[in-house]
Amino acid sequence: MVPALRVVGVAKRFGVTQALAGIDLEVAQGDFFGLLGPNGAGKTTLISALAGLVRADAGHLEVMGHDVQADYRQARLKLGVVPQELVFDPFFSVRQTLRIQSGYYGIRHNDDWIDEILANLDLTGKAEDNMRSLSGGMKRRVLVAQALVHKPPVIVLDEPTAGVDVELRQGLWRFIRRLNGEGHTIVLTTHYLEEAEANCSRIAMMKAGRVVALDTTAKLLARFGGGTTSLEDAFMRVMKEAA
Amino acid sequence: MIGFLTLLRKEILRFWKVGFQTVAAPVVTALLYLLIFSHVLADHVRVYDDVPYTAFLVPGLVMMSVLQNAFANSSSSLIQSKVTGSVVFMLLAPISYRAFWAAYVAAAALRGLLVGLGVFVVTLGFTGAHLAAPLWILVFALLGAAVLGTLGVIAGIWADKFDQLAAFQNFLIMPLTFLSGVFYSTHSLPPFWQQVSHWNPVFYMIDGFRYGFFAMSDVSPWQSLAVVGVCFILLAALTLELLRRGYKLRM
Repeated sequence: MVPALRVVGVAKRFGVTQALAGIDLEVAQGDFFGLLGPNGAGKTTLISALAGLVRADAGHLEVMGHDVQADYRQARLKLGVVPQELVFDPFFSVRQTLRIQSGYYGIRHNDDWIDEILANLDLTGKAEDNMRSLSGGMKRRVLVAQALVHKPPVIVLDEPTAGVDVELRQGLWRFIRRLNGEGHTIVLTTHYLEEAEANCSRIAMMKAGRVVALDTTAKLLARFGGGTTSLEDAFMRVMKEAA
Repeated sequence: MIGFLTLLRKEILRFWKVGFQTVAAPVVTALLYLLIFSHVLADHVRVYDDVPYTAFLVPGLVMMSVLQNAFANSSSSLIQSKVTGSVVFMLLAPISYRAFWAAYVAAAALRGLLVGLGVFVVTLGFTGAHLAAPLWILVFALLGAAVLGTLGVIAGIWADKFDQLAAFQNFLIMPLTFLSGVFYSTHSLPPFWQQVSHWNPVFYMIDGFRYGFFAMSDVSPWQSLAVVGVCFILLAALTLELLRRGYKLRM
């Protein structure tokens, strides 16, 4: 079975900053994968390279076996990305936004699935509201919905719960776990390590553009947890050792 | 194809939702130009023997409106998407760079043509319709709108902030359209400025377009068609290459 994501020797430099310094990574289909690291570690650059928003200087990246540059259409069809920035088009309602996003992926008459996503993200009552009128947490959930309109096998969430209140956050995780249970591969970046610990089966820790630890969550805890079962302790130790 | 049609529909909806600003306002502006210039100049200027100045002015104003609004549509839509960050939704999707270009240019051309049609209709009451060669009118309107729509895509991609786009608009597009024979025939200019005008591609758009109304023009419509056609091909090629490389869109 082809891996959901395959990253081989990927490097990217922005001016004097080496954002990615040779990343090798594979995420198997069906994984719930965590990508952790401090700010500036290169997590978002790596996600952007997978999504084709950033072009790697070296190496190559594949989504479900499709090269993100040479076979970009197939690669993008297989990938749904929830961007970190809270961005939206102020001209449209939630439903229009999701219909437009469906059309970008070549899908017409997608309202059944759109309604299902809206219900799961507790947005049904806001479907006809303009994007401008939504709170930050609601806009974040629309971003999640936009990433799901084409039912991508691989879903990347770049800090999906930033600014979302506890209740909605739990609802969001239930929905994402359900998607993972249905076979979708989930890749997650977050600064809330307890969320990663609770959800991710495998974790990569990044620092300064490199992967400094990569294993199952249980093994990382056993190796770096220092006798505790806290991912935060393990994370701090990995970062210290990588310094 | 669905990706292209969706992007086109989104771009049309975008300007239609603010139609007062994007369609009605430019029609009123053009009407004001007509009232003022025809009032001031009607008795002083006669460009072609059988054509009153007001009638001469109308095609120029129509075409100027088409061109300026086609440019404004693609450029302002792109910079808004970039500044708000919503451009990411198009970049994440499997839309080809050709479809991206075609959708932006088609929507820009449609807005330009709508405004142009509006200007033409409201000026009918002043001059009546002169349509000597309608096919030329259509060809130059479409081609001119496509050229400026494409230029708008370039400006929208290049500009990082609204100020840069305003500079592009005010220091390039406005002088090119105003100094192109909208309000006068280049034959009335001193030889030096006549020569300068002939280096302005917009002059050929206006002149060819006007030929469609009166079957009279400063240069042959075929020459104008050649110049405007070459401009379109060159600008389209440049824009497609910028989009293919992801210039300023994909880092």
